[in-house]
Amino acid sequence: MPGALVTRISREELAARIAADIPEGAYVNLGIGAPTLVANYLLADLEIILHTENGLLGMGPAPDAGLIDPDLINAGKQPVTALAGAAYFHHADSFGMMRGGHLDICVLGAFQVSATGDLANWSTGAPGAIPAVGGAMDLAIGAKDVFVMTDLLTKSGESKLVAECVYPLTGVGCVSRVYTDRAVFDVTGDGFRVRELFGGTTIDQLEQLIRLDLRNKD
Amino acid sequence: MIDKTLPSTAAAVAGIEDGSTVMIGGFGRAGQPVELIDALIEQGAGDLTIVSNNAGNGDTGLAALLAKGRVRRMICSFPRQHDSWVFDGLYRAGEIELEIVPQGNLAERIRAAGAGIGAFFSPTGVGTELAGGKEERTIDGRRYVLEYPIRADIALISAYRGDRWGNLVYRETARNFGPIMAAAASTTVVQVDEVVELGALDPEAVVTPGIFVNRVVPVGSRPWVQGGAFVGGVDIEGRSCQVRS
Repeated sequence: MPGALVTRISREELAARIAADIPEGAYVNLGIGAPTLVANYLLADLEIILHTENGLLGMGPAPDAGLIDPDLINAGKQPVTALAGAAYFHHADSFGMMRGGHLDICVLGAFQVSATGDLANWSTGAPGAIPAVGGAMDLAIGAKDVFVMTDLLTKSGESKLVAECVYPLTGVGCVSRVYTDRAVFDVTGDGFRVRELFGGTTIDQLEQLIRLDLRNKD
Repeated sequence: MIDKTLPSTAAAVAGIEDGSTVMIGGFGRAGQPVELIDALIEQGAGDLTIVSNNAGNGDTGLAALLAKGRVRRMICSFPRQHDSWVFDGLYRAGEIELEIVPQGNLAERIRAAGAGIGAFFSPTGVGTELAGGKEERTIDGRRYVLEYPIRADIALISAYRGDRWGNLVYRETARNFGPIMAAAASTTVVQVDEVVELGALDPEAVVTPGIFVNRVVPVGSRPWVQGGAFVGGVDIEGRSCQVRS
């Protein structure tokens, strides 16, 4: 629509925006799904070390079609490569890297994030669904900074930023920042504060969309 | 002379009893000891409790054991995958019990068993439904839940090379649960691509020392490694991907 105000950025633009906040030297875990896109936008001349919880630091991009190695996969069970300087380790060491506070950043998807930084991303709690948690709970409480990458609204238009999560929790008070298609939010001890607006989005619009007071007017 | 090697996978899984708790290594298909699982299916033990990260892929390996109705209970972190239709069907039919454990707690509970730890406090899962009913404690201002070790009667794991003392090295991310499961079971059974001479494994690079290993059986090279060199494999959908020459 000519002249329409752009208020959202694409998933790829969001991945690039998150990548721009990851400094050289960081040890980073990118969660399964959309967060893996962030790897495509990390600057090639920065040394940023990717961790995959099935047992590899120094994960590289997907292999060429002829070079798939079934022993070398990521947490999503997709084939990957190992960079020069990579290291393999067993699962107890891998999760010790998270729990022990050695991992700098992880980027995760979300169903909901609460105003106090609670994360719900592993189960909708729907009856009959087969539960599967994997490493989500370990990542949520383990990394020094937990970034969430998500659309602000669900497909049916409900805010994923909420006063309290309705879905089963993955971790309590663990999210530090939420990157959405409309804005970037910091999780303060006392609600969400907008860090950056995309396009023509305004604070007032965001408050209407999420039905929560933002801390920017305090 | 110590010789833990056995000539066949049938001999390697002999004596596994009904009702056993069996750890099965692997993360998805990587490191899954498919030849040992096939031998366990032949051997016939049932009413098993299986400890494994996932609950089978496709129709082979752990999925085949499940399909035979040999498993009463699964302890795992992530049963649901795009190719876990065997488990999914059993679960929906109410024919299998499931205990879901966060992946890091699963790994640490296995590690604790092998290391003689009675229990430990973990921050993972605090405040979630997976910590329901568990003792909680605040230590230095951080909340933790009490987690107990997971031991097994048998561990079935896959390594790359081993020697007759049971020393093991793994390959890439196929290592995953192997080293911790090896230590957590009363009897640890390992399939290796190749049994090498004592002394052929660099002591500086041995990942699992033989003290944790009871039985070693060679099953031949994985198709994507020949003579120690990577020659191209198949992807997880089974498509052939040979190295371009």
